[in-house]
Amino acid sequence: MTASRSLGALILAVLMLPGLWSGAQGQGYANLGSDAAGFAVPDPGRQLQFPADHGAHPDFRVEWWYLTANLRTEAGADLGVQWTLFRSALAPNDAEGWKNPQIWMGHAAVTTATSHSYAERLGRGGIGQAGVLTDPFLAWIDDWSLTSSDDTLDDLAVTARGPGFSYDLALQQQGPLIFHGDDGYSVKSEDGQASYYYSQPSYRVTGTVTLPRGPLAVTGEAWLDREWSSQPLAPDQSGWDWFSLRFDSGEKAMGFVLRGDRGDFTSGSWIAADGTLSPLAPGEFIATPRVWSEVAGRDIPTGWQVEIPARGVSVNVAALNPEAWMGTSFSYWEGPVTVIGSHQGTGYLEMTGYGDERSSNPSDRK
Amino acid sequence: MIHVLGTMFRHWRRAPLQLVLLIAGLALATALWSAVQAINAEARASYGRAVERLGTGGMAALTSPEGAIALQTYVRLRRVGWQLSPVLEGTWAQGGRSVTLLGVDVLSYPGAPAMVTAAEADGSLGPLGVLTTPGVMFAHPETQAALAGLDQEAFRILPLPDLPPNLVLSDISVVEGLLNRPGQLSRILILPDQPEGLPALSVLAPRLQRSSTDDGPLGDPGRLTRSFHLNLTAFGFLSFGVGLFIVQGSITLGIEQRRGTIRTLRCLGVAMSGLMAALLLELIVLALVAGGLGLVVGYSLAGLLLPDVSATLRGLYGAPVDGTLSLRLSWVVSGLGMALAGTLLAGLQALLSLRRMGRHLSQASYATARLNRTHIWIWCLSGAGLISLGAVVLQVGSGLLAGFVFLGGLMLGSAVLLLPVLTLLLQGMRRMARSPAFQWLTADSQLQLPGLSLSLMALLLAVATNVGVGTMVSSFRMTFVDWIDQRLVADVFVEVETDAQAQAVMRWAKANDARSLPQSYSDTRLNSAPLRIYGVVDDPLSRRDWPLVRGAPDAWDQLHSAGAVFVNEQLAHRDGLQPGDRMTLGPDWSAPIAAVYSDYGNPDGQIIMSLPALRAHVPAPIVRRIGLVPTEATHPGDLGQGLARDLGISATAIRDKDMIKSLSIAVFDRTFVVTGALNILTLAVAGFAMLTSFLSQWSRRLPQLAPVWAMGVSRARLAGLELLRSLGFAVLTFACALPLGLGLAWALLNVINLEAFGWRLPMYLFPAEWVRLFLLTCLAAGLAAVVPVLRLLRLSPARLLEVFSNDRL
Repeated sequence: MTASRSLGALILAVLMLPGLWSGAQGQGYANLGSDAAGFAVPDPGRQLQFPADHGAHPDFRVEWWYLTANLRTEAGADLGVQWTLFRSALAPNDAEGWKNPQIWMGHAAVTTATSHSYAERLGRGGIGQAGVLTDPFLAWIDDWSLTSSDDTLDDLAVTARGPGFSYDLALQQQGPLIFHGDDGYSVKSEDGQASYYYSQPSYRVTGTVTLPRGPLAVTGEAWLDREWSSQPLAPDQSGWDWFSLRFDSGEKAMGFVLRGDRGDFTSGSWIAADGTLSPLAPGEFIATPRVWSEVAGRDIPTGWQVEIPARGVSVNVAALNPEAWMGTSFSYWEGPVTVIGSHQGTGYLEMTGYGDERSSNPSDRK
Repeated sequence: MIHVLGTMFRHWRRAPLQLVLLIAGLALATALWSAVQAINAEARASYGRAVERLGTGGMAALTSPEGAIALQTYVRLRRVGWQLSPVLEGTWAQGGRSVTLLGVDVLSYPGAPAMVTAAEADGSLGPLGVLTTPGVMFAHPETQAALAGLDQEAFRILPLPDLPPNLVLSDISVVEGLLNRPGQLSRILILPDQPEGLPALSVLAPRLQRSSTDDGPLGDPGRLTRSFHLNLTAFGFLSFGVGLFIVQGSITLGIEQRRGTIRTLRCLGVAMSGLMAALLLELIVLALVAGGLGLVVGYSLAGLLLPDVSATLRGLYGAPVDGTLSLRLSWVVSGLGMALAGTLLAGLQALLSLRRMGRHLSQASYATARLNRTHIWIWCLSGAGLISLGAVVLQVGSGLLAGFVFLGGLMLGSAVLLLPVLTLLLQGMRRMARSPAFQWLTADSQLQLPGLSLSLMALLLAVATNVGVGTMVSSFRMTFVDWIDQRLVADVFVEVETDAQAQAVMRWAKANDARSLPQSYSDTRLNSAPLRIYGVVDDPLSRRDWPLVRGAPDAWDQLHSAGAVFVNEQLAHRDGLQPGDRMTLGPDWSAPIAAVYSDYGNPDGQIIMSLPALRAHVPAPIVRRIGLVPTEATHPGDLGQGLARDLGISATAIRDKDMIKSLSIAVFDRTFVVTGALNILTLAVAGFAMLTSFLSQWSRRLPQLAPVWAMGVSRARLAGLELLRSLGFAVLTFACALPLGLGLAWALLNVINLEAFGWRLPMYLFPAEWVRLFLLTCLAAGLAAVVPVLRLLRLSPARLLEVFSNDRL
């Protein structure tokens, strides 16, 4: 076992221990995935409280602050930006110092039609290297940060840098927070695994993305996801395909497919132009892989047919850059997409669990 | 060709002893060389593994002059964007011994994958075991075994053979608890890949010092141990060279004895080139067979020696070396290559003589080359030239390599000079000889000299090496024992973990009428090398005993009242410092040097100054060891017991002077076990070389002995003279080897040591050793002469008469 692989295994185990991707880790962690082992579990009756719920929930196993942005340069070139802070807990507490069982991981990326640059940061909780504060809001790891001047997520500044890229963006919300599932209680399998899940899907973005050829002024739109849980996946579930789509009509859709041995589980949300949300029932969101690309030695579906018949949506979703592979300790595909068909628009696509021995065989899905 | 080769080979069936000697000699030479190479390769591979998997040797690090860095500083630098990894290190007394605890952040430490792999290998732990409470620790299997008495629930220690002994590695969360140093770091490693455009560390943390290499226990051990390996290689090469003399003797003998066969083959029409090719092929076959055998012996020898070498390297340098040997292809190839090259080199003379022989078929065989004046001059000039070359390289060049070139020149040049010196001595003796028998003996010896010269050179080198290395080791040992006696000024030493504990010990000492000598220090860097500054209190014992190499008579007064410093010898050598110079220790901090003191066994620079002077620049120097001097009436042992009883200090943290002394001397002795073993082996090889030379001479001796016998000297008398001749050569060679050995010792003590470690050592003479070595040399020479003497005693008069019948033909 090479050095980097075994460190990868450690980080993978730390972060994916019970997490949304635990199915990909196999049966070894199935006992943990099915049992919260002292961790809190989402309660369908609980009302989310702010600003407290913008912050970390150390009594839950996994959590993230997940920002994706579809941007355009002054020259009209499309590009995507990702900024993610993951939290994973080894135990449900938040002690001071090195004994703190919270592990933090940051991922940042800039994807253009011809390039994809990404970076990763790892940090321990309890010492101040990474964390989330609520008043004013601040999520950070090392020098990467997502900050607000107050305790809301209305106006944010985001910054990160890595090999060959850096960005500094200002975000202004254009609509209300939206709560997926049942008021933020989002069911993830037929067995009832669930997470807390809310989003701010309509940020207007201005700022600078710096690539090796120099700084680029950009404008565009961004989507922030907040999600936390302790046991969101069923043991048979091996990965997921997650879509956030922004149509020119002003409407938006979020939908995901959790791939499982017992069949796929789909769910999602429809967001009207005025920001009102309607949950999509299982089966209402249909995503079918159409174009497969070989990325990082794996077959990955980088072109999809997405249908929401009840909303008259039938679109082709295509990756801006099929090579948007996040070769981080835990690897996955994440990149901007363009939408053509009954609706036009842009969005982001995230796909996990491909190319792993235990993932559902992609060729079955062709 | 095959027939020629078959005919040539048939000779060995008639002379099995000679074949055995030839193969044994070559195998022995290859064995010594390859054993040393195997040990070196193993040690280097161990370092390589450790450095690759755990080491941080090539990595820059940040340290603080105060000793500890606040965790907040690390976090602050991280939040600016610097990619760093924190390390907390300390001494942990547990399970009856004290070990170094190394705490690292498993998420950022470059060696973490090895920890994860080791945790996974345990089976019961997942990779998360390194991070989850109560945590796991990792140690070399030996250290793990020594700590086996610990509570297995609270301290889970897993084996990790790449770690040096006496080091326990764990996650920093575990270590800060055990050391009770929350929120502190010992140093911060600077990871190799950094984002672009970061503000400079010197601006962000001006108080921290940046070193280009990590000097922690997992820094690169190869750096420290280089001189040790170079030493070993030089020894191996010497053994190989000495071994080749045996081979040379045997091959020459083989050609000599096949003179008749060769003549017949030539008469039958075999071309000279064919004969040469056959001999070459024979040499190659012999080299491969003997080389292979040598590798087997060398491998076993290395296996035998490796534990001692490993113990030395670990004890002396803390370098991680496995006690096991693995077979490497490169080692096999280089060993066989050495054997082949050596054999061909040794056979060169034989090939040349074969050519000569082929040209002059009818010439009498015993017309061995006599030394004429011109030859003697050539030998003299070559010898002097080699010695001068070495001396010039030493003058012009610098460093360890120049030292070794000088030694090589001295040894080889002296070996070359041996022949003319012995010739002159024999000439002188012949002139003084009264009895005809003695006159004949000296004249005959002079005639034999060219044939014996190579084995005598081997003996010279072996004896000189023995004298030289023996003198060096014994001188070093005497100096070291004296030095450690002086250096351990106090009677009892207490290891403390914290400043509070240090204060408590000093208060306790005062209350119990004992004087305390705290060893306060601050680590810094000077010219990018680590430097430790000790602050000392004024104590009459230090003034009396501290081992100064040179300095003003009032050096101690200057130190305590004039702010002067003492520098250790290695620092003085490295930076060319002398008493009277002024040295800069930092921005607006400089001090005059009052003395230079010896500091053996320490690879780094060190200075001492008065404690108030140190405090003026470093407000809170680190105190981790306190020396205690009891009153006359108190026994040091009682002092230790009192400390343990009143302050609850663990017994392992309290050491008395004698214990430290005997431990240090044990480490020292272990270091030179290998040297001693190689010394004896070299002498054995030289004795062997003499034996083959005498045997090789034997076949040519009959024509010279027969006339003497015919003149009425009995065979028993001849045998006695033969033995005397052998012993005579041994005595003469020893007489030449002794001054050479002392020269070698001088060079080792004053050139090699100085270059390798930075200290010069006084040279002591050990005449009793010389007597022992003299007797050993005589024994070797006597044994070497036994076979020819026995043959002579058993020789039938008929064979002696045959000489004359051959002559008439």
